[in-house]
Formats: sequence, C-alpha cells, structure tokens
Amino acid sequence: MANTEVKHISQPTHGDDRQTLKHIRIQPATTWFPIDFGEIWAFRDLFAILAMRDIKLRYKQTMLGIIWVILQPLVASLIFAVIFGRIAALPSDGKPYLLFIYAGMLPWNLFAGCLQRAGNSLISDAKLITKVYFPRLIIPIASSAAVLLDFAVAFVVMIVLLFVYHDQVSVTWNILALPLLLLVVLLISIGVSLFLSALNVYYRDFMYALPFVIQVWMYASPLVYSASMIPDRWRVIYALNPMAGVIDGFRWALLGTGEFPLLTMSIAVVMGCLFFIVGAYIFQRVESSFADVV
Amino acid sequence: MSDIAIRVENLGKSYQINHQQGRSKYRTLQEEIVGLVSNPFRKTEGSRETVWALKDISFELKAGEALGIIGRNGAGKSTLLKILSRITRPTTGHADIYGRIGSLLEVGTGFHPELTGRENIFLNGAVLGMTRRDIQRRFDEIVAFAEIEKFLDTPVKRFSSGMYMRLAFSVAAHLEPEILVVDEVLAVGDAEFQKKCLGKMSDVSHEGRTVLFVSHNMAAIKHLCKRIIWLKQGAIAADGFSEPVISQYMMESAVYTRQRLWPTGIASPGVDEFKLYSIRMLNQHGEMSTSHEIEHGFSIEMEYEIFKRLPYCRIGWQINTATGIIVMEAYDSDSVFYSGIREPGRFLSRCDIPGHLLNTGNYLIDINAGIPNLKNLVNLENVLAFNIVDTSATGANSSVERGGIIRADLIWSQEKHNNVPKGSFVRT
Repeated sequence: MANTEVKHISQPTHGDDRQTLKHIRIQPATTWFPIDFGEIWAFRDLFAILAMRDIKLRYKQTMLGIIWVILQPLVASLIFAVIFGRIAALPSDGKPYLLFIYAGMLPWNLFAGCLQRAGNSLISDAKLITKVYFPRLIIPIASSAAVLLDFAVAFVVMIVLLFVYHDQVSVTWNILALPLLLLVVLLISIGVSLFLSALNVYYRDFMYALPFVIQVWMYASPLVYSASMIPDRWRVIYALNPMAGVIDGFRWALLGTGEFPLLTMSIAVVMGCLFFIVGAYIFQRVESSFADVV
Repeated sequence: MSDIAIRVENLGKSYQINHQQGRSKYRTLQEEIVGLVSNPFRKTEGSRETVWALKDISFELKAGEALGIIGRNGAGKSTLLKILSRITRPTTGHADIYGRIGSLLEVGTGFHPELTGRENIFLNGAVLGMTRRDIQRRFDEIVAFAEIEKFLDTPVKRFSSGMYMRLAFSVAAHLEPEILVVDEVLAVGDAEFQKKCLGKMSDVSHEGRTVLFVSHNMAAIKHLCKRIIWLKQGAIAADGFSEPVISQYMMESAVYTRQRLWPTGIASPGVDEFKLYSIRMLNQHGEMSTSHEIEHGFSIEMEYEIFKRLPYCRIGWQINTATGIIVMEAYDSDSVFYSGIREPGRFLSRCDIPGHLLNTGNYLIDINAGIPNLKNLVNLENVLAFNIVDTSATGANSSVERGGIIRADLIWSQEKHNNVPKGSFVRT
C-alpha cells in the first residue's frame, strides 16, 4: 500500500517479448493516502501463510491442542452461568443461562481475541517489519484470521449445545442473519485491532492496559446480563458500544430472543464502520515509520 | 523506453535523537505526559536533535548493472537499502524503481524455530515476495541447494546453524526479482558456505539482473560489481569503477601516520602473554616515514613484550595493495636465527624490505602475531598505510605509470647483429 504510485510502463525488449515493468516511486510520507487493496491482494499468499503460521504455532507442544479452543469459552460460560445465573439470579430473557451466556460469548471472544492477538502482532513480528517490505496491514489482520478459526470451533460447540437444549430452545430462521452479524463483529474487531496494534508500536502502555480495557468493555456489554435490563432512556448511549448491539444480535439469531434489536444493531453497524475507518486511518498514518520505531 | 532500473534523486533520511529521554526509541505515555507537564515547550527547546543518516543521495542504475555500496559502519548503507526496499520512508527526495525488487537484508527473515523446514521455506518465500506457486515450482531446487532433504519435516530449531543458514540462503537465492538488493549476507556462515553464496550471487549478476550489493568484503564486492558507490557520513564520497573507489576508500580508512603507539599494550586486548607496543616504518636513513622512494628500501619495526615462554610464537606482517590484493607476508620465523621458542622479555623486531620491489602506489600493512594453528595473539588490519613514489625522473619512461604490483630493477641488454643471413634469427 503505502504512499507509492504504482503504474505500469511498457518496456520494449528483444523482439516480441514485450514486458511491462512495475514502476514504484518512493517518496516521503504524506498524511493521507488510500489503502492500496491491489497490493494487499498481491500479497494474499503471505497473508494466508502468516495466518497458518499463527494457527500452527498456537497449539504446538500443547497436549490438549484444539480442545483448549473448546474448553476456554465453555468453562468461562459455565462459571458465569453459576455466578450470574444461579447466585445473582439475573434474568436471561427466558432462555437457559448457559446458552444465553455462550451465545454472547461467541462474538465477544472473537472480538477480545482479535484485540489480544493483533495488539501485539506488530511487535512480535518486528523482525519482519525491519527487514522486508510488504503491506503492514497484513500482520494484524492475519493474526485475527487465527482467531476466526477459534470462532468456528466454538460455533460447532454452540450447535451441539442447541441440540442438547432442544426441548427449551428451538432454532429459527433468524440464524440466517449470522454471516452478516459476523461481518459486523469483524469490522469492529479489525478496526479496534488496527488502532491498538499501531499505537502499541509507539506506546507499549497499550499492551499493559489491554486486559483492563477488555474487562471493562466486557462489563459494558450485555455479556453476563441481558440488555433488557438497561433503562430505555440510556439505550442509545448504551448502544454506542457496538458490541452491545452485536451480542444482542447473536442471541436473537441463535436463541430467537424477542424482536430483532434494530436500533442497537443499526448503531452497531455505523459504529463498526466508524471504528474500521478510524483504525485503518491511524494505522496508515503511522505505518510508514514502524520500521524506524519498532 | 528507459533502461534505468533505479533512479535516486536527492534522497535524504533524518532521525530524531531525543537527548533527554535516553536510549529507548519508543516512549511510554507516562514519559510523554510527564514531559509535557514539566516541559511544555520541549519541541522548541531543541532537546531533540536531527541526525541525517543519509543526505542528498543521487544516482542512477541501469538495468543489468551490478552496483556495490561500501562505507564504514553508520555511513548510511543499510539506511539506503532500507529505503530502496520500501521498509522505511525517506525524509526528502525520491527514488524511482522500475521492476520487481527483491531485498535480502538478512538471511532467514521470518524463519520460525518451531516450524519445520518445509513450512519455513513457504513462510520465508512468501515474506520475500514469492507466491505460493513460485515456491512450489522451485521447491525441489531450493531443497537440493540447501542439502537438507532428510530434515524437511524437522523443526528448524533442531537444525545445526550451518543447515539453518544454508536453507535460509537457498530460499533467498531462488528469488527471481528484476532487481536484487543484498546486504552483507555473506558475512555469516563458514568459508564453504560463503563461497557457495558468492558463486550464486555471481550467477545472478551475470544473468543480467540488476544487483545492489552492500559488503565489507572488498574482494567479493570487486568480483561482483563493476561500479561502486562509497558512502561516507550519509553522503556519496565517490561513485565510479570498483578499483579506484575501493582503493580510495581503503587508503582513507587506514591511518597515514608514521608510527602507531600503544603505550599500555591496548592493541592486544584479552591476551595476557603478549602485548604490542608500537609499529613504525623507517626509510633508508632510519627516519620515520610513510612515503618511500622506489629505488630505496624501507623497514618495518615492531616493539612488543612477551610475558611467558611461548613455543613457536611468531610475529609478522602482510602488505596489501589498496584494492585488497595480498602482496606478501613475512614472519620473524623466516629468519635463520629463529629458534622456535620465544622467551619472555621486551623485543624490537625489524624487517628490511629492499628497494626496487614494489611498484608505485598505495599499500596497507596488517600485523599478526600468534602461534600457528593454535592461537592468535594480535591481529590488526590496515594498521599503517604507505606509498611508494618514483622521484628519480630519469630515463624516458620514468614518468609513465606502470601496471602491476612489483617493479623490479631488471637488466636489459641488446646486441647488434650485422650481416645475418635471412631467416636465421634462431640462436644456435
């Protein structure tokens, strides 16, 4: 990507063998330049290989391997179900508390996982950044791709849970909205990840602050409680947290809870786009000096 | 229509050096906030200094040309390569690059110790800009060149360092960019590996690809590149044919003093049994000098102390031309008086070199003391520089420069043969 004009000039060579040479101009960084999607596409193999590397490395030398991916959200959901469902007895929109939590845990873990992995990605790949050129955007996004695999595994567990609880919850056509909802989560997650990973290069504070941010953000989202507990007059402000709308949306799609959360979801889509644009913009602004700083 | 591969115009790169906040390049928010509160006008107070790593670099490189870049550490060589490889941005100026550029600033970039050889080939290849198809197509060649067939599915953390280097270089060597940028990768690995790398590099440049090559190995760079740019403190000090530029560079990096003194013996750090104190050059009158006339001899003197009985210890020197060709080496053990065992004590060794031996030009001296095949005591490169001049100015040819390294005083004679029958020039 970067601030380079890429154009093709044709260069006559021997005989009919006409060859086009890529022309690149290297010049000082300017403040704004569009993302060069063509170049990112050209590096798609690198993207795939980096994502595969992250996936392979994650569970190398672990005994349980992929089981961790299942265990993590399941155990967390169980704990929340006991504490908030049984002990605190919070309402769960009439659904089994475990399912209620787990359905929200799906998008939430995707979001939090992206933040955690992408936030550090540029620093852990500092050696690459200082020695080779490629669109830097690939690094944080590839590390999110690995989290997407976790999501897929966790989703399979969700389906199993739906079977187990089939007498209390019935699957509706709402489930067809899931891909769209997933897209919104990715938009939000990647936007925030880009922002975090870029600034982490300059201020390592973000690395330390991240666990707290994730925790606070979690309680600001209707993960362990139902969004219906929020008073109506706070609804719009509450929905400025796009994860609120998304978690509601997931519950609606998977468990068929009430009406489609139109207001909060619309706000979530707008906020998601905003997060993505701001994140990508900040990333672009600072990426040209990554190699000098990291 | 242009056959230019790289055009660089007024390229410059500056870094901000922050004097107050010390060494770390990145900051913490706390530092930033504290700095802002305690010193809100920091930026105008000049606590930051701008350092130009590169300034006003301009050159053109034609397609198919091999360009070497030399210079001391910190002269800006790596910065220049990083800008051309698009890793970092210039501060001023611009560069135009025509063609796919592949840069090799390090051997094994992106290698992950936990992944297998096979996985690392794909990872490293992709990092260097190859597509999966390119890598698959050349996979067998890469493996064969690296000689690691048996270990393809072993994590590279179990590789010996030699295998690791071979694999890493092999991937890089099978890149097929139109422009190849290489930084000092030959400085690693054993002699055999270096030779293999050099051979591959030389193939690449002879295939007509454009090569930009940074190295401290003058012999390698001269072998690969016809043209050399010498960078000095971020600017181009010289740009031209390899030989003259290398010799200019070598002569400048050597010290033109008549003697070098190490009164405390610091020239030999870490060696307790041997200390070098001084080395000097003397002319035929016994005066210290760095310039010697071709017809007169000169001497090299070394003062040193031996603290312990050292069997087979020898001390000597090597004279090199400014372009790095070894002219000769000599050791005190060559002498008929050398007994094979050096007793402790302080010594002065002196070697007289006759006149009419070296051609006019610039030369460099290396010093070496050690026990052959056992221990190196002192090894100093380019410790002194001297030149041989021809001031005799007699004879018709005296002002003409002669080729070659040696210029012996030879005997010429001619006989005039009269009345020789035709066709009988053969001496019987």
